[in-house]
Amino acid sequence: MKNSLNRFIPDNMKAYDGLNQIFKQKNRKLVPEILTKNENKQVNSLRILFDLIPITDGMTLSFHHHLRNGDGIINMVLNEIKTRNLKNMTLAPSAIFPIHEPMCELIKNKSITQIFTNYINGPVSQTIGDGYLEKLVIMDTHGGRARAIESGELFIDVAFIGVPCADIYGNGNGLEGPSACGTLGYAIADMKYAKHKVVITDYLTSNIAPIEIESKYIDYVIKVNAIGKSEGIVSGTTRPTKDPVQLKIARDTIKLIKELGYIKKDMSFQTGAGGTSLAVAQMLINRMIENKIKGSFASGGITGYLVEMHEYGLFKRLYDVQCFDHEAIASLKRNANHYAMSASKYANPFEENPIVNDLDVVILGATEIDSDFNVNVTTDSNGLIIGGSGGHSDTAFGAKLTIITTNLVKSRTSIVKDYVTTITTPGETVDCLVTERGIAINPKRTDLIKKLSNSKLNILTIDQLLLKAHDLIGIPKEIEFNQKVIGVVRYRDGSIIDSIYKLRGDQK
Amino acid sequence: MRRSLLFIPANSPAMLQNADVFAADAVIFDLEDAVALSEKDAALNLLDQFLNKFELKGIEKIVRINQLDSPFSITDLKLIANKRIDTIMLPKASYRYTLNLAKMLDKIEKHNHMTKSINILPIIESSKSVIEINKIASAPRVNGLLLGGEDLATDLEVERTETGHEIFLSRAMLILAAKANKIDAIDTPYTDMKNEEGLKKDSKFSKGLGMNARVCIHPNQIDAINEIFSPNQNEIDHAQKIINAYQDSIKTGKGAFSVDGKMIDKPIIERAQKVLEKAEQWNLL
Amino acid sequence: MKIGSAGTFESNDCLITVKKHKGIKIDIQSIVFDQFGEQIEQVIKTTLKELRVENIYVSCNDKGALDYTIKARLLTAIQRMGEFHA
Repeated sequence: MKNSLNRFIPDNMKAYDGLNQIFKQKNRKLVPEILTKNENKQVNSLRILFDLIPITDGMTLSFHHHLRNGDGIINMVLNEIKTRNLKNMTLAPSAIFPIHEPMCELIKNKSITQIFTNYINGPVSQTIGDGYLEKLVIMDTHGGRARAIESGELFIDVAFIGVPCADIYGNGNGLEGPSACGTLGYAIADMKYAKHKVVITDYLTSNIAPIEIESKYIDYVIKVNAIGKSEGIVSGTTRPTKDPVQLKIARDTIKLIKELGYIKKDMSFQTGAGGTSLAVAQMLINRMIENKIKGSFASGGITGYLVEMHEYGLFKRLYDVQCFDHEAIASLKRNANHYAMSASKYANPFEENPIVNDLDVVILGATEIDSDFNVNVTTDSNGLIIGGSGGHSDTAFGAKLTIITTNLVKSRTSIVKDYVTTITTPGETVDCLVTERGIAINPKRTDLIKKLSNSKLNILTIDQLLLKAHDLIGIPKEIEFNQKVIGVVRYRDGSIIDSIYKLRGDQK
Repeated sequence: MRRSLLFIPANSPAMLQNADVFAADAVIFDLEDAVALSEKDAALNLLDQFLNKFELKGIEKIVRINQLDSPFSITDLKLIANKRIDTIMLPKASYRYTLNLAKMLDKIEKHNHMTKSINILPIIESSKSVIEINKIASAPRVNGLLLGGEDLATDLEVERTETGHEIFLSRAMLILAAKANKIDAIDTPYTDMKNEEGLKKDSKFSKGLGMNARVCIHPNQIDAINEIFSPNQNEIDHAQKIINAYQDSIKTGKGAFSVDGKMIDKPIIERAQKVLEKAEQWNLL
Repeated sequence: MKIGSAGTFESNDCLITVKKHKGIKIDIQSIVFDQFGEQIEQVIKTTLKELRVENIYVSCNDKGALDYTIKARLLTAIQRMGEFHA
């Protein structure tokens, strides 16, 4: 059947029906939190744990992705699944990275038959794209995953929680230890609502402060040699771009934000960790200093740049759902106004006051965008999963000003398209597109268009941008897509916004 | 009239395609120093095909050909010099070479039945060219002079410095020759890419001496250079005031008039007109 | 074996290699093959026709080059090969 964005989705699933229709649920649906009855929690190995619970065919296992491409937890568990030849397992990792390549084999041999996640990058995308996963892959947003878990829709048998620093009762945080990663916000819902909770740590200590993972929920604690590889966990120091085209886009973005009146006292701001996003953050620093502006908060994935802004006094608070570099981790430890937040507090649409709803400005990326401003950050133009919403749809909904920054054309590919391969974020939540060849404003935002009527910025319609792109690169041949559905993109309220299709066999 | 001119290596498709993304008043497609000897043929063909496809409206299109005593310059001109471009930038320019180039362009334009006239922008990068700079400035087709500070310093056997004292006289002579011949005085590029403060300081100094414009070796320099070499809002407002008062004085038949307590005479009026002309051209009104 | 080659593997460029061959044979590898493979072949064929070259092997390894770049690199490669039919 088709949903309100005219996309085909599986018949037995709830269709996305536009922004006005979401949240029809009056009350927030919450299953009971599950507290532990265990007192003696230490287990010597995963092998023993699997026997103890016991972990059997068909169970759902969950993981967080704070250790990113340095994560060791998932592969440890996969190894155990492989040794025991378990079948029909469902995995619910909040994200999957190239390091999780061992998952491919287990998908192919039906040890793993379903996956719920918010982001996939690497060999696992290819395996899923080639159709090996027996059931559909369900891709949530960060806020949507929390919603799914707390409502019982995504039931977790065993939550494996990698905790860089823990005590024998299962209290823990991500601030200390050889695998320190900062906040553990993506694990909180798992911690509360999963049936069995296992803390896996490589640094057992007795002095846990602050406590982010709480012992009252934790059933088991396992100490291992290493929960991850530190080079892969943090990105080192993430740097702003030096590319002149990206810098131009960043400059125009700041000019746009200023002209629309959003650089003002108590502003709140979020941006990604990519090169262009950091360039925007850097230029924003200069503007705020020049105009003596103090903002209220910056949020999302925190990098050293945002820490610098906070410590300089430009933002009173930082709300952190993920630390991207060492500076962020260090700041979380020492700055009283740098707060860790759970995925739910960050972006759950049913949370009372999720942080995203207080955002003034968010800067986001796109792999594709169409004339209705629908954005794809899930797949590339061949349909291969290269990411996923993460907080994209959540922040786009909540922010008063949502800006997509991207090249218009890159190596003979236009980011603006007639038809995007996959819709991740609906156009009704996207306000502006800034490219190197012009800026487009969503026609629904007549208020913004009015403010820009005398602007010297290069404002065009998105159709004009599409024409420009075609003038440059030529008109691409339309590709026939495979009809077989292998996954869905689930919007933050649980409705399905688009389907993901099997890759064509002839990829070059 | 230019404020900023951006060098673009002619052998790079990625950079050619982005030529019109940046806010430079002119782009200089470089067939000379930016292209290795072994790639001169590839660069020329690429630029030729690029110019066939892209019109780049509203930007001055300049081509820096190879110096006239190289084996490449004639081939460059034969292929490139036609109505698609506005100006030829001549490296290692001397009076004799400038005249030669002007004559070659005469022939080419005649041969191609061109109605457009291609200008010449000579680069002054040797002591000899500095000495004959007034002759070069008055040569046919020349509508600007560019100082080549790096090569000039080499010729003078000195190091380039932050203060630029070693090129001070050359800068001043270029400015004099340019103004005497009513053409653009264009300053040498600022080569310390990381030093934005230095770029601004040196450009303000250079503007104060009388330079109209500056060459950019990186797109990140363009905004600062455009701003420094444009009249600022105060200057524009003041110029507008003067012109308004001037127009009033004509209506009322008053001969002399004053603005803000200052007597306004002809040179001031002309200067105000120039400021408004620039403001209009660069969309600052 | 006379070979001519021009271009690079940089984004937006292509590397074109040509050599003598009976008839015209064209091999194309491209990061945008599905979207523009046919178009790239067309540009190459049209250029060869313009130059009246009828016996040549063209190998094009493309990283998103636009038509003008493909044409320019092909022209240069043929000139470098040294057998240019005007």
